[in-house]
Amino acid sequence: MEKATHEFLANLKSLPVNIKNAWFRTGNAPESEREESQATFNNLFLHIHSVRVHVRTLKPTLTFGLGMMAASNFLLTVITGVLLMVYYKPSTDLAYQSIKDIHFTVSTGLFIRNIHRWSAQLMVLTVILHMARVFFTASYKRSREFNWLIGMGLLILTMALSFTGYLLPWDQLAYWAITIGSNIANSPRELTDALGLTHFFDPGGLQKRLLLGANYVGQDALTRFYVLHIFVLPVLLVILLGVHFWRIRKDGGLARPEDEPGGLAEWGGERREVFQPLATKTYGLMALVRGKKPAVNRGPENTVMSWPHLFWAELAVFMLTVAATMVLSFYSNAPLKEMANAAIPENPAKAPWYFLGIQELVSYSAFTGGLLIPVIVIVGLGLIPFLDRQLGGEGVWFGTRGEKPVFWQSLIFATVATVGMLVLTVNFGWLRNWFPTIHQLWIIAINPGSLLVLIFALWSISILRRKNSIRLSAVALFTCYLVGFALLTYFATVHRGPNWHFYWWPSQWPVH
Amino acid sequence: MSRLDPPVLKRRSFLTLASLSAFFTALGTAAAGMLRLPNPAVLPGPVRRFKLGPPEQFSVGTETAFSDQNLVLFRDEEGFYAISSTCTHLGCTVARTQDGFACPCHGSKFDAKGHVVGGPAPRALPWLEVGLAANGDLIVNADNEVQDGTRYRA
Repeated sequence: MEKATHEFLANLKSLPVNIKNAWFRTGNAPESEREESQATFNNLFLHIHSVRVHVRTLKPTLTFGLGMMAASNFLLTVITGVLLMVYYKPSTDLAYQSIKDIHFTVSTGLFIRNIHRWSAQLMVLTVILHMARVFFTASYKRSREFNWLIGMGLLILTMALSFTGYLLPWDQLAYWAITIGSNIANSPRELTDALGLTHFFDPGGLQKRLLLGANYVGQDALTRFYVLHIFVLPVLLVILLGVHFWRIRKDGGLARPEDEPGGLAEWGGERREVFQPLATKTYGLMALVRGKKPAVNRGPENTVMSWPHLFWAELAVFMLTVAATMVLSFYSNAPLKEMANAAIPENPAKAPWYFLGIQELVSYSAFTGGLLIPVIVIVGLGLIPFLDRQLGGEGVWFGTRGEKPVFWQSLIFATVATVGMLVLTVNFGWLRNWFPTIHQLWIIAINPGSLLVLIFALWSISILRRKNSIRLSAVALFTCYLVGFALLTYFATVHRGPNWHFYWWPSQWPVH
Repeated sequence: MSRLDPPVLKRRSFLTLASLSAFFTALGTAAAGMLRLPNPAVLPGPVRRFKLGPPEQFSVGTETAFSDQNLVLFRDEEGFYAISSTCTHLGCTVARTQDGFACPCHGSKFDAKGHVVGGPAPRALPWLEVGLAANGDLIVNADNEVQDGTRYRA
């Protein structure tokens, strides 16, 4: 045989090996730290990690893997969302029927829809818990302020994705929740009406028209929500997620306290010295990240290789998230009510659980509860890292002196204030029950929601003055908001029934 | 200022600023133009003028609920009037109760004339324009609100 034929046969024989080598440039499982570094930065998906990671950031109780869980849930919603798009038809005539098909006819359709719903819900939950983790470990401080803002953007996008997805099944739940939601967008009209301005200046009407493309929830609304849900919002979320991860890396990894030279760190069940200067060490570009001090002349001994330590940890969190979502999806089905009917509202027409706190506020005043308070809370959260600029306590739960007592005091204070306000409202009604002819402006300005915000703000200011610390007053305010959110959500979920009346348990709801 | 003094703004900086501002003006205009698109010039929607039947069909002192049209038609000694059953709070459909209307979504309460008596609703249920169609049927224009207390005598 000729030489070329031999070569061809040999190439054919080694085809699998060559394809594998072309794919995995670093060869088999890396054996040296050099190969482990290459495995990390030669891979598009891994190279957003640094090559080495600090042992503190791998401690499960620092982060509880919450950010990774949120990202995993997002991945699950993308995969299952694409699968659902195979059958879903975004038209008012066909949408409900296609969801019914997915629910009852399509193989694994119900299970896929359940996963989509559960991972979306878990994503909302983990995003909120992740934010709380970052706050209580003071991880938003310099130079991580910008990433905190990106996180706020991700929170808003997560909520917007849930909201737009809620309409798509076109059942009663969807129709009435979005009717309420779009009228909340319309609610600045409550204020402009009360001031007699609507004729000249109508931001509420503009928002509603942009959202619905009409004056009512119909085909235009469904088309717009579909485009937002399957394209605009996910793309924005992926972009922000990329920036979020990128900034973690560029800000020098997760927030952590400075290592004490010669101190001890616990890793893998043994205590070892964390700092041994190795003057001969040279650093590649990949080790140059922003930190308070340059990494030159400091040993990497308190760090471990990202491959495999960090990747095992991330994979474990991902697996855990998938498993939890699967179990929930197996035992609990996504609801599908009757087809949307504009004549008969659901009673009670409840939003998904994470919006129920807002729904309770909205039942006092649409504008204050639905727009003003959420905007105040979001803007207030975004400002935290720019108002609290004193360094210290980063990367440690309740790391500043006196944080824990303030946290517990605020927890008790906010619980008493919220429960007290709810008891008052349920038992005695509100301004209009006492003064039937009262002007609407009074109700917009003074209602249980706005009073709670005021009480929380006063509490935070009193902590600022008493403790002489911005961080502690931020802890007080954040704890109050978190408690208020949790209690209002619980209250509206369990204790509000038909006609938004108070009931001790859903089993006491009148049968109709 | 002499000709030899350094200029306050260098020619190069001026040109840079001018071209940058031209760029951002063009970008802003283009963005504003694109944002015009989703704002509908014409609001699609069904005609909301409903023929409800001949006036004789409704006797004095009665009320008739039209759930598909989201309104309740009343007739008393003074004439006809129609009240919208869409809540002025957040757009749920109110239900008729013994002494008025109640909203299932957020607990707004109205009296039998549509005035707010409780809950978060910012204003009274609108009274709608009632008239007579060419064929003699009562017609309600749900897009036209009238002063409350206005009756139509057929």
